[in-house]
Amino acid sequence: MPDRAQTLAKTLELIEPFNKKGIAVTEATRFAQDLEWDSLTVLDFVANIEDEFDVLISMNMQAEIETVGQLVDALEKLKA
Amino acid sequence: MTDLFSKFDPLIQQREQLLSTGVTDPFNLVMERVESPTVAICNGKRTILLGTYNYMGMTFDPDVIAAGKKALDEFGSGTTGSRVLNGTYGPHKAVEQALKDFYAMDHAMVFSTGYQANLGVISTIAGKEDYIVLDIDSHASIYDGCAMGNAQIVPFRHNDVEALEKRLKRIPEGAGKLVVLEGVYSMMGDVAPLKEMVAVSKANGAMVLVDEAHSMGFIGEHGRGVAEAQGVIDDVDFIIGTFSKSVGTVGGFCVSNHPKFEILRLVCRPYVFTASLPPSVVATAATSIRKLMDSKAKREHLWENSKRLHAGLRQLGFTLGTDEPQSAIIAVIMPDLEKGAAMWEALLNEGLYVNLARPPATPAGMTLLRCSLCALHTDEQVGEILGMFAAAGRATGCIS
Repeated sequence: MPDRAQTLAKTLELIEPFNKKGIAVTEATRFAQDLEWDSLTVLDFVANIEDEFDVLISMNMQAEIETVGQLVDALEKLKA
Repeated sequence: MTDLFSKFDPLIQQREQLLSTGVTDPFNLVMERVESPTVAICNGKRTILLGTYNYMGMTFDPDVIAAGKKALDEFGSGTTGSRVLNGTYGPHKAVEQALKDFYAMDHAMVFSTGYQANLGVISTIAGKEDYIVLDIDSHASIYDGCAMGNAQIVPFRHNDVEALEKRLKRIPEGAGKLVVLEGVYSMMGDVAPLKEMVAVSKANGAMVLVDEAHSMGFIGEHGRGVAEAQGVIDDVDFIIGTFSKSVGTVGGFCVSNHPKFEILRLVCRPYVFTASLPPSVVATAATSIRKLMDSKAKREHLWENSKRLHAGLRQLGFTLGTDEPQSAIIAVIMPDLEKGAAMWEALLNEGLYVNLARPPATPAGMTLLRCSLCALHTDEQVGEILGMFAAAGRATGCIS
């Protein structure tokens, strides 16, 4: 599997425990509007992502990330 | 025309819904007269104050009041100017000296409020390439200081030493690091594990700022706060504090041993571009701070009050923010905002004022009745307070 596909698969896996509404998650899914995450959920999820990929996602970066696809892109850049 | 206020509609609706139940507006209380640090007249009724942060009860201290009156006579009602222009009077230097003596530190800088102290110091010292690592439950003034600056902001889970360490280790080599912590977190009244957190921060090359707003005068052998109590005050680079709690007036400050600290007076915008505190305010603060150095008996009585209220509320069946009393704040957790507002009103009708705290100020979306004790609450008053909680709790169905 290419790198980006792997990152996406892992990201989707980490989203699932917080997918309380059980919606179908795609790259276009938005964290705030579609998954309806509050700030505390975001913190927990970001912490898991950071630990999984061993990266730091600052609040400044989080403000720019709206969708799952954007997060995967950001992770690809951080890992590079 | 788009109404710029439409973004507040959800809050306006929530408020109207709450008030339509007939409950007294918890955010509109007026104290008609204040008799002492522990008693005021609200709606014509004698009310015990249990939500004022007036931890050491200095607001009516005769020496403090005399100092304020004298300064008012000698220096006038206000400075009408910035600290760096015409706004530094003798009393401003005197209160900074009192702070240096109180904390045994080399430098002290006084701001017009505690909010501005955090806003100014944090936004100024952490620049574009730097990282601020902060506890997720940090006070609004800390977040606003972060938002005003250009640094990368990295929050970590509340009081989690390992989460802090992991994030510090992921910061790129060579970047400046500022760790921002609080001694006592004001919503739940819990204390930070500063000993471990300061050690981890130092080991990873970070500077440390600790906000000790809710511990000054009370926690630690000399009342210097949680960093003193846990033996790490010498490793803390900046302590932020306020005059609006134990000191009993208004104002904020930063104390530090950093050799270049004084340059902040020229580069810190919330210090430069605002008028300085009135001379009467800084004179009362200086007198109060010097008296707080020598308040061991009051500190002990405040601890007794805190322990007794905590144990009593638990026994009545309330859910509290901490398992043990860790500070002079005791948070009673309410099931929801409606129940919280009803309980708040029932307590007020009994003659007790506490703070109703709700999201976003509270962690995890909780509604809290926050109680802050005073060293001048008598044993009888603590007994009365527990009686009022029992009556109000049963009347509202919060306890059985």
